Amino acid sequence: MAAEGAARLGMRHRLAERGIDRVLLLLVPAVLVVAALFLYPMLYGVGLSLQPRAGGGPFANYLAFFRDSYQSGTIWKTMRLALPAALINVGASVPIAYRLRGRFRGRRLLTAILVLPVTLGTVLVADGLLRYLGPKGWFNRVLLDLHLVDEPVRLIYNYWGVLFSLLITGFPFAFLLVLSYMSGIDPTLERAAATLGAGPWRRVRHVTLPLLAPGLATTFILAFVLAFSVFPSANLVGEPANETRVMAIAAYQAAFEKYDYSMASTIAVLMGVAELLVVALVLVWRGRFYTGTTGGKGS
Amino acid sequence: MTVPTLRSGGWRRPYAWIVWGGVAFFLVNLAALILSVVVDSFAVSWFGTWLPSAFTTRWYADAWQEFGLSDVLQVTLLVALAVVGLALLLGVPAAYALARRDFAGKRLVTLLLLLPVLLPPITYGIPLATVLYKFQLAGTMSGVIAANLVPALPFVVLVMTPFIEQIDTNVESAARMCGARTRQVFTRVLVPLLVPGILAAGILVLVRTVAMFELTFLVSGPDSQTLIVALYSAAFTPGIRAAQAIDAMAVVYTLLSSALLVLALMFVNPTQIVAQVKEVAPE
Repeated sequence: MAAEGAARLGMRHRLAERGIDRVLLLLVPAVLVVAALFLYPMLYGVGLSLQPRAGGGPFANYLAFFRDSYQSGTIWKTMRLALPAALINVGASVPIAYRLRGRFRGRRLLTAILVLPVTLGTVLVADGLLRYLGPKGWFNRVLLDLHLVDEPVRLIYNYWGVLFSLLITGFPFAFLLVLSYMSGIDPTLERAAATLGAGPWRRVRHVTLPLLAPGLATTFILAFVLAFSVFPSANLVGEPANETRVMAIAAYQAAFEKYDYSMASTIAVLMGVAELLVVALVLVWRGRFYTGTTGGKGS
Repeated sequence: MTVPTLRSGGWRRPYAWIVWGGVAFFLVNLAALILSVVVDSFAVSWFGTWLPSAFTTRWYADAWQEFGLSDVLQVTLLVALAVVGLALLLGVPAAYALARRDFAGKRLVTLLLLLPVLLPPITYGIPLATVLYKFQLAGTMSGVIAANLVPALPFVVLVMTPFIEQIDTNVESAARMCGARTRQVFTRVLVPLLVPGILAAGILVLVRTVAMFELTFLVSGPDSQTLIVALYSAAFTPGIRAAQAIDAMAVVYTLLSSALLVLALMFVNPTQIVAQVKEVAPE
């Protein structure tokens, strides 16, 4: 009895040394919920995608997707929107965040103003774009009155409308993250560089940017993920039948218009794969940067 | 003050002017865009002129009645609060375990929690909707809450883990030395210390859930629509509702979510959401 108790105690000690004890039980409910609501449906979806409705072997859906250029073209159409949107959002955030680092009067207000578009919601942005950039909208009126153009510029119901929508909704996120990483960089490093005689451009190029690069990669990934799932704006301000028929629309149509859940799962899986490929590429690239203890590195 | 030497002259350089000019251009266009929606929501009718000829507030009353806005708002609030409550209840203990223990398979658990944040919602939303239909949960409130929990729960864990890592383990050891049991350590020591983090995570989840379109859209039914889904459905089927009424509803949505964001900004320093930045002490 006593020996058995000692053995159990020993076992518990050995497990505890490897970090396994009752505290880990706290993890169980969360993992179970994620497994049930995320992992199981994902695996179910993968399984479903391998059982085509029309038969013809497990990979028939995948083959059908890539053979039909109307379907496979959605990959390129999605990338063509998501990559520039993420790049512009991150790229524009850097100089603005650089100006806003440190403390000065009005910094908090300006930050809040730049972040507030997060709350607009895709529908208001879409509605606003349709009105503001439409042929009779204020933007075209100003251009016409200034005689910059002879006829209204077509900026809605095509690629540009969706891109603008992605820029407006995505920029605040990217900016917030970049600003956060930027504030994490120790300002004394830049001062040291200045003391050693580095001009402003060299300080940015050789001190700030290298420290910021990993954080920028993280921000790019998150901005890309956000832009990649473009769905409402592609429908509302885009040309969902043709130019902005993104993967999300293709998947939605397969599921809820053709009720072909197998094909819809196929497109969903391919969407995940295509997105994770880009994410993995960026992560590999990010791994080549310095990730020491001075901030700006991201998690 | 931090770096006056580095900043001096910043206003005179052309580079600074280009940046501020770009920001101003963006903000002016954005303001005009928002204003055109607001103006239209008050317009009797507006075609091809600089401003509408007459103004009215009847679209707001219309929107309120026609869309059943009070019901929709109730559903939105109920779903959002339920998601916040469940995500915090499940997520904070999990974050504690992840912050305090190093165990075999930790990377796997982290990956499992990271994936729902990294994948576009449509990717797992469609299989999830299929599964929920199978269990007859789609179209119900519980289905909508369950679907929204998928990104919310990992989000809470990811935000709270660095927060908990900051708390000195000695505080817990001291409480145990004084005879506190695990439950007491949690309720009397950890939770009070974690309140700022819990508030921040909770409000961010609230904002995100109100704004989460794709998942709610895929799994909701007529009685379980949140505001953003109702808004999209109205906007995507033009002709049925007056454009001004849709605009009025969009304005209501924006007011609601900006109120939430302002509330969030009161509790969270926006630059500290992702990284636990150590503020540089003013010298």
